Amino acid sequence: MRKCLLTSIDAVLAQLAKAGDVYLPVDGDDGAASFKKWEEGTKWSEKLNTVRSPKDFFFPQTENLMEFKREGKNIEIIDVRDEKADFVVFGVRACDVKSFDVLDRVFLTDPVDSYYAERREHGVIMSLACTRPAETCFCGTFDIDAADPQGDVTMWKTETELFFRANTEKGEALLAKLDGVTEACDEAAVNAQQEKTRDIMKKLPLAGVSTEKFGGGKTDTYFNAPEWSELSESCLGCGTCTFVCPTCQCYDIRDFDTGNGVIRFRCWDSCMYSDFTKMAHGNNRLSQLERFRQRFMHKLVYYPENNDGLFSCVGCGRCLAKCPISMNIVKVMKKIGGSDHE
Amino acid sequence: MQTITREQLLDKAVSLLSDGTVQAVLGWQKGEFDYDITPAVFETEDALKKNFVWNDFCGANFSKYLIERTKKIEGKILVFLKPCDTYSFNQLLTEHRFDRDKVYAVGIPCDGMIDIALVKAACGDAISSIDTSADTIQVETLYDGAKTVDKASVLAERCVVCKSKKHVAYDELLGEDGEVLDNNRFDEVARLEAMSADERFAFWQNELSRCIRCNACRDVCPACTCEKCVFGNPESGVENKAVSDSFEEKMFHIIRAFHVAGRCTDCGECSRVCPQNIPLHLLNRKFIKDINAFYGDYQAGAEVGSRAPLVDYTTEDLEPGEVFDRGGQDA
Repeated sequence: MRKCLLTSIDAVLAQLAKAGDVYLPVDGDDGAASFKKWEEGTKWSEKLNTVRSPKDFFFPQTENLMEFKREGKNIEIIDVRDEKADFVVFGVRACDVKSFDVLDRVFLTDPVDSYYAERREHGVIMSLACTRPAETCFCGTFDIDAADPQGDVTMWKTETELFFRANTEKGEALLAKLDGVTEACDEAAVNAQQEKTRDIMKKLPLAGVSTEKFGGGKTDTYFNAPEWSELSESCLGCGTCTFVCPTCQCYDIRDFDTGNGVIRFRCWDSCMYSDFTKMAHGNNRLSQLERFRQRFMHKLVYYPENNDGLFSCVGCGRCLAKCPISMNIVKVMKKIGGSDHE
Repeated sequence: MQTITREQLLDKAVSLLSDGTVQAVLGWQKGEFDYDITPAVFETEDALKKNFVWNDFCGANFSKYLIERTKKIEGKILVFLKPCDTYSFNQLLTEHRFDRDKVYAVGIPCDGMIDIALVKAACGDAISSIDTSADTIQVETLYDGAKTVDKASVLAERCVVCKSKKHVAYDELLGEDGEVLDNNRFDEVARLEAMSADERFAFWQNELSRCIRCNACRDVCPACTCEKCVFGNPESGVENKAVSDSFEEKMFHIIRAFHVAGRCTDCGECSRVCPQNIPLHLLNRKFIKDINAFYGDYQAGAEVGSRAPLVDYTTEDLEPGEVFDRGGQDA
């Protein structure tokens, strides 16, 4: 384990930036944090987390996949990939690091999504342990340890110091580059902080939310549950929950007509939208109840069924904070899981 | 705090439900915390008593829900309307969007709603409880103990510049009715107008660059009631879920502002729900301010059936050239 003084954080970031772009949470004019590219003078946000999750780095909201250009009878296919450079995502919280596992199982399973894979290959994750989780946090529900996040390098921030531990080969290589601006140390301060954080996690308002009633094999149990009607009653059908969610991974691929060719692009899609996965046969989910149910069944039943029991929610709490009508996965789990179903 | 109490609303809802006047109640349902309140339909006295809530976090405007709910119900649905909600209610009636006979509207006074983001900015991100039963709000935090904050300092912007405490529609009114207020809601628009075109462009570019195209502004908007939005229609040729470039983001919001111009009542729901804190209401207010300046004061929803200036030609209407001639900062 290594450490540096918080006062020398700029030197650490500058050192990292020598090898490639470094992105970290930065406060915006609106008082909220978002990931921004580090430049000399950029200040690391003190906020618990960013409004947008870091999934953008690997699965951007919009990306051009390829271009087609037509000249006479020839069609030229142009590779527009630009995900070739190494970069560091600095200060990722435990919940969001876990979300990469969820995304990996979708994009890195055969057939591998090469766009995503290349970005994952080039990205190094430096995570940051939590010390002051909010009332909306419930990562513990999904067995995530906020005091010991995964990632290539794990960081712990105390009042005065920043501690580093490499978890992967990539992380080792990265930390080696920081030798000049960090020093070796023991784990005492980190252990003390972890103990305190774990104690806090147990006392959070949502600490009791349980996945016990959910998981693979529960489709028949909940699909026709009468509670869906009440839960989805006032859902606006907007995409806020899906777009702030670190694990939502649905997308659409569309062609943009440039006049003399086509730009084929991919963009996030939302199962909450009425035109989601509309196909030749029409739309497979006609009511908001069906669309709402899909989102939560996917996270709590279908995904774990296909992924060794892993849930596709990480308890980051973004949907709790941002849903316009304050309906969210915690309310769904309590309502559906709290009723008798066979 | 609110002058009218939860108990008064609950009594009214229970009595109208039990005497058969209404078959359901559109109200606010309590959440996990004190502030995360969900619009809900209550069909029984038990459900009301257990989950109905009324406090300083009941900002949601129910008017738009009436479009769908009135289609589903045989009899009447009770809706509680704050003064600002009644303008949306009337505007929807003007546009023939729901069956008035299926609604029993109870007007309720409102003392302003709190913006939870402002509470968190003042007291920290980790809040375990908020007591809003007095105008000095008691906040229990997870790490910094108890804090107090004045309600006035955490009021939602739309409530700070509240346009009216008067109900313009109701079947029954609980408590006292108020007056239309002479507020300063156009001050921020005037500030933007005073900027140079470049400054103003930079302001909106900065704000709108945060847009994630979640469409929450559109979906909550009581003036956005197209059965199928052009932007959600794959056949339209402009259907898009993507934030493909900044031009598109701006066009979406500006097109939407044009689309609701003259019909927007300035209820402020668009800015309330924006996950990226974009002050979308300022686009709409600019249109309202201009309509007032060009055609005389007009408040959408003030009365049912009024013809908005933009759809009501008169020979006194100003010529387009006059608008153009103003040019510069007044444009």
